[in-house]
Amino acid sequence: MSKEKFTTLKTPAVPLPIENIDTDQIIPARFLKATTREGFGENLFRDWRYNSDNTPKADFILNNGTFTGKILVAGKNFGCGSSREHAAWSIYDYGFRVVISSFFADIFKNNALNNALLPVQVSDEFLKKIFAAIEKNPSTTITVDLPQQKVTLEDGSSESFDINAYKKTCLANGYDDIDYLLSLRDEIRHFELVH
Amino acid sequence: MMPQQKTLFDKIWDAHVVKSSEGHPDALYIDRHFIHEVTSPQAFDGLRKRGVKVFNPARTTATADHNVPTLNQHLPIKEALSRHQVETLRKNCAEFGVELYDLGHPYQGIVHIIGPELGLTLPGMTIVCGDSHTSTHGAFGNISFGIGTSEVEQVLGTQCVLQYRPRTMRIEINGKLSKGVVAKDIILYIIAKLSASGATGYFVEYAGEAIRNLSMEARMTICNMSIEMGARGGLIAPDQTTFDYIKGRKFAPQGETYDRLVEQWRQLKSDDNAHYDLELSYDAADIAPMITYGTNPGMGIKVTDRIPTLSELKDISEQTSFTKSLEYMGLEAGSAILGKSVDYVFIGSCTNARIEDLRLVAKMVEGKKKADNVEVWVVPGSKQVENQAREEGLDKIFEAAGFQLRQPGCSACLGMNEDKIPAGKYCISTSNRNFEGRQGPKSRTFLASPLSAAAAAITGKVTDVRNLV
Ligand code: SF4
Repeated sequence: MSKEKFTTLKTPAVPLPIENIDTDQIIPARFLKATTREGFGENLFRDWRYNSDNTPKADFILNNGTFTGKILVAGKNFGCGSSREHAAWSIYDYGFRVVISSFFADIFKNNALNNALLPVQVSDEFLKKIFAAIEKNPSTTITVDLPQQKVTLEDGSSESFDINAYKKTCLANGYDDIDYLLSLRDEIRHFELVH
Repeated sequence: MMPQQKTLFDKIWDAHVVKSSEGHPDALYIDRHFIHEVTSPQAFDGLRKRGVKVFNPARTTATADHNVPTLNQHLPIKEALSRHQVETLRKNCAEFGVELYDLGHPYQGIVHIIGPELGLTLPGMTIVCGDSHTSTHGAFGNISFGIGTSEVEQVLGTQCVLQYRPRTMRIEINGKLSKGVVAKDIILYIIAKLSASGATGYFVEYAGEAIRNLSMEARMTICNMSIEMGARGGLIAPDQTTFDYIKGRKFAPQGETYDRLVEQWRQLKSDDNAHYDLELSYDAADIAPMITYGTNPGMGIKVTDRIPTLSELKDISEQTSFTKSLEYMGLEAGSAILGKSVDYVFIGSCTNARIEDLRLVAKMVEGKKKADNVEVWVVPGSKQVENQAREEGLDKIFEAAGFQLRQPGCSACLGMNEDKIPAGKYCISTSNRNFEGRQGPKSRTFLASPLSAAAAAITGKVTDVRNLV
């Protein structure tokens, strides 16, 4: 199924300067009971975002109107823990299109890429710089340029990021892996026969 | 020229590549696919939307585990959303021709417990499941890893996943374990050394005398938690222990086929000079009963050690997380963890809910009673484990000790069903994750071995099990 195409994004960002944000924080297990992909954004960071009586916690960043935008900036080792793709769905469904961190857990990174959510890995120093820029001016914008593989801040400083060519093409064109695998069905049948 | 020396991982991977091209992820053939109710519904939906059938239904096995109650499993599931999810799995399996071990079925249980016990998990295979602890199966000398739901759809639709080859790491544990130290302590020790992200990007092969001496069930505990240091998976080369465990299991090859396969499986090992991207080795004698004090599995210490202080942290960039974590846990930096009172004891999960785990616990508590301040749940990993425990009379020992023996499922490992640890309460748990809220909103988790959990059940506090065995 084709996904939204990704090229360049320029928006303000929401900072979450915490390390090791695990998938249970992104979307707690008790909210995984839906059988569709939609609607998980409501429960993104549920236990950080809401009190136990479901009232929003005023001090949590998503409840603080100062910070908006389609880019989430988080501390290192983002997305560790479970393989639940619901984590990527909830971030996307909330409205983010990019997550910037200095390190991503493997399965999360895969899941994000499979859902048109771009994980951008930058150096620890550049991450610090981004946090500082947002702290100084919450509405400062960040530009994420997929074709050039570059993140640029308003002061002009930038850093390039890695993404493999295949995934880049998928994101830019809105393809997904299963389209490709389905095209290999004859080869797969053949493999089954000879192994 | 010498033939290229390969790791066991590389040998299995190479034997499963359907298509490989430069700069492109490999299309990897999957021998065995497990599914459960939480991460499969959207994958089946995807197939329906594309008008695609399951490519090879015989290679997928389903069970209901994450969301199921652990009491009164014969009654309809009370909670509407959980019931709907299990019913959706039933409907999907029927429609697409996938074998399902549903609630009440004699083979139902946690997905990573039933695969091995039914003989579906074998050496040399590639195995995936929409669950990160699929790494468990690697104990049999195969490549097993967790995938997301889009990938579950890929496997259902094509019996393949697209994957980049991870780097390889070898971790050797030499020497012999001390009294009171078990497999769970080994893996908690390794994770504490490497941190919760130290093995990201790697597939780990465990080796060395201490690993060789472990039973299959103990090896599964080790491989299970590979993901807790970020690894894609873990594996252990198969040996006679492996072959003996497989023999006679329900779906395992039998008779001559078994004999022939054992001969093939004996070849499944890394070449002597195979290259690993990273090699580490530890001394078994340095491993003590371990416990975690924080909110990621890398925050573990020997039970007799003190929680580090801010200045003792290996990685100073983690100071903020560390402080936040201790605040959540209600613990002080630099303080002792030994003697800390606990409220709940959870013995369960795909890490430690196999029959040997239950036996270990039963042996320790036989003739004793739990402390008054604790509630103790023993949740067997599968229906077969539960039945075996009853046959051996372990249920009587648990009952006499005041433990509740429940019915199989993931239970308080992730608190998706009603088995939740209440806010602010401390639970010593044999599961694998101590994340904030993992066992229920605001719950506080100490990860430890089944022995340490049993000891805490008796004393009502964090205890050095070496004083009891
Ligand atoms: S027991 Fe826990 S870790 Fe294992 S599969 Fe179930 S939820 Fe996941």
